[in-house]
Amino acid sequence: MKIIVCMKQVPDTTEVRLDPVTNTLIRDGVPSIINPDDKCGIEAALQIKEKVPGTTVTVVSMGLPSVDIALREALAMGCDGAILLTDRKLGGADTWATSSSIAGAIKKLDYDLIICGRQAIDGDTAQVGPQIAEHLGIPQVSYVEEIAEVTDKKLVVKRQYEDRYQMIEVEMPCLITTLAELNDPRYMSVGGCFEAYQKEIRVMGYADIADVVDESNIGLKGSPTNVVKSMTKEAKGKGEILKDLTPDEAVKAIVDKLAAKYII
Amino acid sequence: MSKNVFVFCEQRDGEIQKVALELIGKARELAGALGQEVVAVLPGHQIEGKAQMLISYGADEVVVADDPMLAEYSTEPYAQVMDKVIKTMDPEVFLYGASSIGRDLAPRVSARVHTGLTADCTGLEIDDVTKGGQTYPKQLKMTRPAFGGNIMATIVCVDHRPQMATVRPGVMQALEKDESRTGKVTKLEISLSNNVKILETVKATHKAADITEAKILVSGGRGLGSAGKFESLKELAGALGGDVSASRACVDAGWIEKDRQVGQTGKTVRPQLYVACGISGAIQHVAGMEGSDFIIAINKNDSAPIFDVADLGVVGDVNAIVPKLTDAINKYKAEKNAQ
Repeated sequence: MKIIVCMKQVPDTTEVRLDPVTNTLIRDGVPSIINPDDKCGIEAALQIKEKVPGTTVTVVSMGLPSVDIALREALAMGCDGAILLTDRKLGGADTWATSSSIAGAIKKLDYDLIICGRQAIDGDTAQVGPQIAEHLGIPQVSYVEEIAEVTDKKLVVKRQYEDRYQMIEVEMPCLITTLAELNDPRYMSVGGCFEAYQKEIRVMGYADIADVVDESNIGLKGSPTNVVKSMTKEAKGKGEILKDLTPDEAVKAIVDKLAAKYII
Repeated sequence: MSKNVFVFCEQRDGEIQKVALELIGKARELAGALGQEVVAVLPGHQIEGKAQMLISYGADEVVVADDPMLAEYSTEPYAQVMDKVIKTMDPEVFLYGASSIGRDLAPRVSARVHTGLTADCTGLEIDDVTKGGQTYPKQLKMTRPAFGGNIMATIVCVDHRPQMATVRPGVMQALEKDESRTGKVTKLEISLSNNVKILETVKATHKAADITEAKILVSGGRGLGSAGKFESLKELAGALGGDVSASRACVDAGWIEKDRQVGQTGKTVRPQLYVACGISGAIQHVAGMEGSDFIIAINKNDSAPIFDVADLGVVGDVNAIVPKLTDAINKYKAEKNAQ
């Protein structure tokens, strides 16, 4: 079985803080990580590899050349191959153009199952996975919280909703998007780290997918949506801060405030 | 020439979901600015009886797609309905709820009909847009938080139609129901196919908590220290007549159910009172609660970012303060009632 996992390198947004003076993001020194939902996708693929003999796992990422390090991490976790899709022409893409580019790279590969993380922590759109599935013309199941059954022809997965779940049977080739609840991703192994630097990362550019993706469907120009304005949110005026009170004094201050606001 | 503002109306077990009514409310405003109409698209099975309700909430026309295959949600047949509606009716704008259904359906449709899609919009308005020296009149301006809620980006889609957006439940407001409103109901003729098999559907046994409905929320964070401390938050919430919610850290630690999580990957809430107990205030959390009317934060770390959004911040030990606060509120209320 051939599995492709799509992953994105993202800034660790839990480490992002606001500059209290300028109210802008402090990006310097923020580490880059494999997007958490995607990491669970890698883990899910590796678990299938352990169960189904002959399975290979290939990670695919689109981004700057510096995404190399994230792909090495995926290799060190145990993936068999890695593909970096990188080209200036692909830059500035919205989710539509991103998905059409990644789908183009995937068309160049053999696959039975494609796994994407549900959403990335920097954009939170959850759009690229379903859009790739549509560009490839294959079924999708998103919000997968459990892979219940894997055979060489099909999967049975548990699809989460707010108020229910569905058990869905889907034939391969197909695409699923995974939730963080699915598993706890493994760490890189020592041997894996060593091997990760022995393995070659296959680099693809637009020229490699040009016969399957029209130039009008990539990059900034191929993006139906454009950002016209971007602004940091206005800081809300700071409220009243009470320090060095005993618990009883603090309680009195809160009760007085709630009473004054007619909340109690 | 594309026209009209369309709303995907999500139903579960034949019940219209509230987010659909909220989107119809917003669509009315957008349609007014465009001088166009609001069209609700309702896929389901034996669902036509609900069409009048959508009209009462502001739809001018309801397009009903009725098929056993649409009784419960599945990506492909629903995408086929949207695709046909878009290709035959040429909408100007198409809105979807950002639920686990809308966030699955809308991107599939956007790829199929080749148009843009903006996720989790918090603001939608019609305005002229200048791009590349050219002015495009009456475009949909879609504003959404990015980067964990720190940046607000305004996004347009000038060259493709429909302009599509998803909006989280609770962000827009439904109009007052007006039973006297009239509108047109049309049926969509379509033959459908599916590419997956639904083996089983299991509804959650406990009724999922809907923290987006609560007027008062007492919310716990990592600073509580353990799962057991949520008991004292429940007591405080009880005294205030509110409900309990939590930060992601508590959900990840297994201290409380996922449906009570506030924030970027949880729910967006805007209660009258939000009491943040032992929550540091990571931007992902703040993004989900900063719209609250009044925010009280209790945290022992005086540099915690939660204090930047709090109306009243108390630096102190949350586990010492909360039980005393519950007692004090109960006492205050008892005295008030005795008067």
